[in-house]
Amino acid sequence: MSFYFLRRLNLLVFTLFMLAMASFGLAYLFPGDYLTNLTGIHFESEQQRQLYATLYKESDGVFWQFIAYLDLLWQGEWGQSFSSNQPLYQEVTTYLPASIELSAYALFVSLVVGIPLGFLAGLRHNKLADYSILSMSFIGYSIPVFWLALILILILSLQMGWFPISGRISLLYYIPLDTGFILIDIIRSDVSYKWDAFNDALRHLFLPTLSISIVTSTIILRITRRSVIEVMGSEYIKAATARGLNRYQVILRHGIRNTIIPIMPQLALQFTTLLTNAMIVESIFSWPGIGNWLIQAIYQGDYPSIRSGMLAVSSLVVIFTVSIDIVHKIIDPQRLYRQRVKI
Amino acid sequence: MKIKVFYRQILATLLTLTGVVACGGNHDLKFKDEGLIYCSEGSPTSFNPQLDTSGTTVDATSHQLYDRLLEFDPQDSKIIPGIAESWRVSENGLHYTFQLRKQVAFHETNYFTPTRHLNADDVIFSINRWRLESHPYHDIDVSGYPYFVSLGLDKLIKDVRRINGYRIVIDLNKPDSSFLANLATDFAIILSKEYAEFLLEKNQPQLLDEKPIGSGPFKYINYRKGRFIRYAKHENYWKHDRAVKQLIYDITPSSSLRLAKLMTGECDVMSLPAHSELDIIRDRNNLVLDEKPGLNVGFWAFNTSKPPFDNPEVRRALAMGIDKTTLLEAVYFGSAVKANGLVPPSSWAFQEDLRDNSYNPVLAKDLLRKNGIEPGFTMNIWAMPVERAYNPNATMMAELIQGYLEQLEINVEVISFEWSLFRRRLDSGAHDSVLIGWSADNGDPDNFYRPVLSCAAIESGTNRARWCNETFDEIIDEALTYSDTDTRAALYQTANAIIADQIPIVPIAHAYRFQAYRQGLSNLEINPFGGIRFGDVENTQ
Repeated sequence: MSFYFLRRLNLLVFTLFMLAMASFGLAYLFPGDYLTNLTGIHFESEQQRQLYATLYKESDGVFWQFIAYLDLLWQGEWGQSFSSNQPLYQEVTTYLPASIELSAYALFVSLVVGIPLGFLAGLRHNKLADYSILSMSFIGYSIPVFWLALILILILSLQMGWFPISGRISLLYYIPLDTGFILIDIIRSDVSYKWDAFNDALRHLFLPTLSISIVTSTIILRITRRSVIEVMGSEYIKAATARGLNRYQVILRHGIRNTIIPIMPQLALQFTTLLTNAMIVESIFSWPGIGNWLIQAIYQGDYPSIRSGMLAVSSLVVIFTVSIDIVHKIIDPQRLYRQRVKI
Repeated sequence: MKIKVFYRQILATLLTLTGVVACGGNHDLKFKDEGLIYCSEGSPTSFNPQLDTSGTTVDATSHQLYDRLLEFDPQDSKIIPGIAESWRVSENGLHYTFQLRKQVAFHETNYFTPTRHLNADDVIFSINRWRLESHPYHDIDVSGYPYFVSLGLDKLIKDVRRINGYRIVIDLNKPDSSFLANLATDFAIILSKEYAEFLLEKNQPQLLDEKPIGSGPFKYINYRKGRFIRYAKHENYWKHDRAVKQLIYDITPSSSLRLAKLMTGECDVMSLPAHSELDIIRDRNNLVLDEKPGLNVGFWAFNTSKPPFDNPEVRRALAMGIDKTTLLEAVYFGSAVKANGLVPPSSWAFQEDLRDNSYNPVLAKDLLRKNGIEPGFTMNIWAMPVERAYNPNATMMAELIQGYLEQLEINVEVISFEWSLFRRRLDSGAHDSVLIGWSADNGDPDNFYRPVLSCAAIESGTNRARWCNETFDEIIDEALTYSDTDTRAALYQTANAIIADQIPIVPIAHAYRFQAYRQGLSNLEINPFGGIRFGDVENTQ
């Protein structure tokens, strides 16, 4: 067991190390002075450059430069953005929560929709309900997210005028940024228009969440369905039925637990797919998240932002994946790794 | 039977959950009605319009945060009192005396609390900042005060004197008939001297332009670049008490997204509606589209400091190679008039009989060969990445020109960067030619000739042709010494002749100006000279 954790941890550290290395390499690969790409400062004088050259150990060769870079990364000194001149650590930490929030709600919606439908399809395997749910899921799975988002905007916003199409909340509501998660921030704030603002934020959340969760729901539905079919065909279910339990009792007592636990990591891992889709949807709905921010950075040739944005997002995904793996190992230690990653 | 119940339960849960998420509907939110959201096209470069001539900066700051000595009446473009209650010009035209209004309060914010009202010291401080190189605030920003320098105002003013707390005199070096108009432009704003001194003491003078204090109808709350600007009502505004409680700039670079937000009610007003989308706005009952001929010109400027574009013959050939009428139809959808010169028809200096190079690709090709431009010559056209009133779609125009020049066997590369980067690189003169333009800041024709083509404007970054002609400069200087419009118009015709002969730029169009907003807003007028004004806007819904 502890050997397993060590191996996971080792993998985590090594991957993060590689990511840091890649991001360091980017500073050299981007056009322009590498020190400017690292710090985000257009040096006005030689003295100023010298100051940063010492900080980043420019004269000591690439290896020590990298060590200095890691040290500064650890301290939260990520340099500053070309376009806003704000510290990147601060920028990333304001924009990343918005993306995580969107993905988290979308994941929640996908689970709430996908798992029950998956059960329904699995239990009615090879019947009409199964076929219709499955074909619907095929359609949902095949629709590109960006197209879906645009269609939703066209119908629900521009035609019907039901939902707003941009941002997290109407800018007229002034909500002080605290955690960076808008709904939590609204609840924690003490403004007079709290519930109006909350309502407004929910309406802003609706379309982006819907567009991302449709795809993920179909994936979750299919994972669940498969697991349900597998479990319902197994010996212990037959044994339970033979003991005289009716189908309802069988499902409730044996079916659900045995279906959900093995697929839990797969479900949680959808979060990373979600994050990727969220980045696309963010730029359509002008959601002030990390994806939108990265795209702006690319437009503006803001190399320090691209570097640190890439590092932050990929680190998040790696850390999340490994933690899910470890948590699952604790909950369900018997299962082999091979079985857990199978879809 | 039990199984059916189970399914039904699942179904019921699903339905409830969908209901929970979808709840929200279209509530009428009272709090929201007290504010105004303006979907603007870009981020301002600064919160002080003295530092930048771009329309985006002016729209965001000038009339919202600040006051000027004088103002333009948007109806008839006459000069009317602002902070100066009254003014007098000496007979020789060299001394201007201004009597200032009393009881004009500056903004009180969480970063500064004023202790006194606006007085002569603030006016002198604001003018001296851009005028005197020795001024402690002159070098705080590296922009070099482009508007004032391009018009030579820093050289024109000899002294600004304080007579008493509410009266000042400005002495000029020579008479200038456009001087009052220049004081009424969006750029000639009044800053707070008290705030400036407070910042100097704190050793953070740069904040003067980042966290502004003015006396206008709105005060600064916060700003996130590329996202929004938040202003709140200035409670002690001297003019009136009817400004809306909040004014928000929702920065939305894409014009179709701005329109979509206007349609869904996420914005109340949008900037620069695209010409191709005007009909959509007209068709909507709940939206209003205002239209006015604009004081602007869109042009194609050649970088005359770079061979072969330093040769007027080459420039003429290129000018003859494009068909302006087609450009007008394709890019402006007919809501513009063709430009033969710099000045639009609504100005008194407009020259009706000005001839234009007619479209003649055969002659153009001949002329190019004669001047040593071989087939396959490659040049670039820089196209603005943003829409401006004078050119709603520079990229498309560049591509059309690309097509025309292909017939002359010239290869064209269309180049575009993000707006602030674009202007920075343009300032360094890296372009061969650029599609850009100019919107007037005041009603005086000098405001076209001087910023666009004078030698001084190369340094200050508004002369995109980087063209310097001493005779031309002398003529436009001379025109300013007369106050009688006929004499001046005659001089500007001579200047037009020089431009037509040298072709540093190819004027393309004078576009109409549009403004779109939702029904229920009143007093929102198109300001023919630049910046939008929200101070008087009321929400009557």
